[in-house]
Amino acid sequence: MGRFVARRLLQMIPVFIGTTLLIFLMVYSLPGDPVKAMFGSKAADPATVVRLRHEYGLDKPLIQQYWDYISGLFQGDFGQSFTGRPVADLMADAFPVTIRLALFAFAIELVFGIGLGVLTGLRRGKFLDQAVLIFTLIVVSIPVFVLGNMAQFVVGVKWKLVTPTVQDPQDLTQLTLPAIVLALLSLAYVTRLTRTTVAENLRADYVRTAVAKGLPRRRVVGVHLMRNSLIPVVTFLGTDLGVLMGGAIVTEGIFNVPGVGNTLYQAVITSEGPTVVGVVTVLVLVYLVSSLVVDLLYAVLDPRIRYA
Amino acid sequence: MPDNKPPQVTPSSVVGAGPNADGAAATVAAAAVLPVEADKQASTEKARSLGQDAWRELRRSWLFWTSGVLLVLLILMAVWPSLFTDVDPRQADLRNHFLGAPQWSHFFQEDWFGYNIQGQSVYARTVHGARASIIVGVCVTLAVTVLGGIVGMIAGYFGGWVDTLLSRITDIFFGIPLLLGGLVLLQAFTDRTIWTVTFALTAFGWMQIARVMRGAVITQKHADFVTAARALGAGTGRILFKHILPNVIGPVIVVATIALGGYIATEATLSYLGIGLKDPTVSWGVDISAAQKNLRQGPHALLVPAGFLSLTVLAFILLGDAVRDALDPKLR
Repeated sequence: MGRFVARRLLQMIPVFIGTTLLIFLMVYSLPGDPVKAMFGSKAADPATVVRLRHEYGLDKPLIQQYWDYISGLFQGDFGQSFTGRPVADLMADAFPVTIRLALFAFAIELVFGIGLGVLTGLRRGKFLDQAVLIFTLIVVSIPVFVLGNMAQFVVGVKWKLVTPTVQDPQDLTQLTLPAIVLALLSLAYVTRLTRTTVAENLRADYVRTAVAKGLPRRRVVGVHLMRNSLIPVVTFLGTDLGVLMGGAIVTEGIFNVPGVGNTLYQAVITSEGPTVVGVVTVLVLVYLVSSLVVDLLYAVLDPRIRYA
Repeated sequence: MPDNKPPQVTPSSVVGAGPNADGAAATVAAAAVLPVEADKQASTEKARSLGQDAWRELRRSWLFWTSGVLLVLLILMAVWPSLFTDVDPRQADLRNHFLGAPQWSHFFQEDWFGYNIQGQSVYARTVHGARASIIVGVCVTLAVTVLGGIVGMIAGYFGGWVDTLLSRITDIFFGIPLLLGGLVLLQAFTDRTIWTVTFALTAFGWMQIARVMRGAVITQKHADFVTAARALGAGTGRILFKHILPNVIGPVIVVATIALGGYIATEATLSYLGIGLKDPTVSWGVDISAAQKNLRQGPHALLVPAGFLSLTVLAFILLGDAVRDALDPKLR
């Protein structure tokens, strides 16, 4: 177990370096000059441009810049945004909001996704199954930005049930609608995935054995069936937490949530290189750690899987 | 998707069903048949091949016909918009500003779905907008399938350090979500067209196919028929493309078909964020983005393109589902 974790952690290093390098190269080597952009429509003073370039280290070769960045990173320094604010500060403001939103969405996904999936998987072909199936298809095919705008318009503006935009991200009631919108797509996937595996495993030998030896239905479904059916679902859910955090760009934009997605979007639009690289680096870390956790959870769910 | 003449796909009994019109579906069905061509020669007497079985299954599935008909209509719209409307989608008449309300009974006429804020016909714009979405979706899917397929095949077949290297590269790209990667990459282009969007989505979309392909190739490469082919002196290229590829293409096609809808949605999302296609290009994403600002005054300017967009995504997902069900004997 310990060796497995160590090996996985070692494997993460090249992936982490590769991903940050990739995003670094995309942000800094592609056309578009952030220093010139600071001057807006005014003519840039050449001397100032040279000074600013030097200040931000943009006059060094790209690989050198990346090296400086990574070595700074390991000392906990995310660098400074072009507006002069430390990127770490920016992220300290944005991440708690997004984590709260993502966890809220994750909880909705977990409870309703698995719940509906098990219910429909047990009753394949019945009315509830068909209704849920159609619902998931509709959700999957309507893009998030349409869904978000419609939800905001109907629930927020017309019915006035919630505030159309989030004014106070500390207030969970205000986050409810954004969280539902954020969760819906993944919820549909979780439902369909759970339904398929439950329906498949229902025919498995061990379920028949469990029924034959007279176990109550609750135990057959709750322990024998669930534990085996959850493996693919856990895989999906594990990687989904990172997706929820990074994928909140659209949802946060619509509901004006001051989180990571919004920060990231603004940074991309204004060519704020350091902020983009910093935020993406953290998101990649979240992704890597969550996929490791998923691998470890396999062993808990399936005793046949052992990590030496 | 071009109709590339599927060889002996259609059993003669279904000629009347008009499969030729159904380009996308026919190609999928053709590929579904591929796996069995090899053993067909060996035993022509055998009852039915997997491909024929799949096709029989498809013909009976309402999912397949619903999505097929929808897709034919949408592709027709993309290829030949003048078939549906002769109104210029960029023709703006401010007398119709705000949204001369939709006349739901005026089928196929200029004001069927009303006008947008510029006084342009929403119907004409929606019909012409299909092209951008469908071209991006189809091109990204083709590019992703080829790129991901090749990477996955090489990684799976050769194994060893080649596999390690390619798998790590796949992991690296997997770390960046499609929308985010597209956003950062497209920001660098000042002149964004259908092709730059296609490029950006391909750059961050090929990994899923690569993984599916790699897994499928690994399960097949030690199969007896591969050993037999090698014993008969077949080269690597021949083994890969003639023997392994036909046996692994099924799951890849299912994944690709379902993903196609996702690429269309992502293109629209990028346009919506102001980073994808831009105004002179008529596209659903651009229109939805513009209409969103005036949602209260004219919800129809958003609902109509959004509805068509969702319908397209839905059609591709349903088609993928139908093909998967037909290919998977376990579910019968």
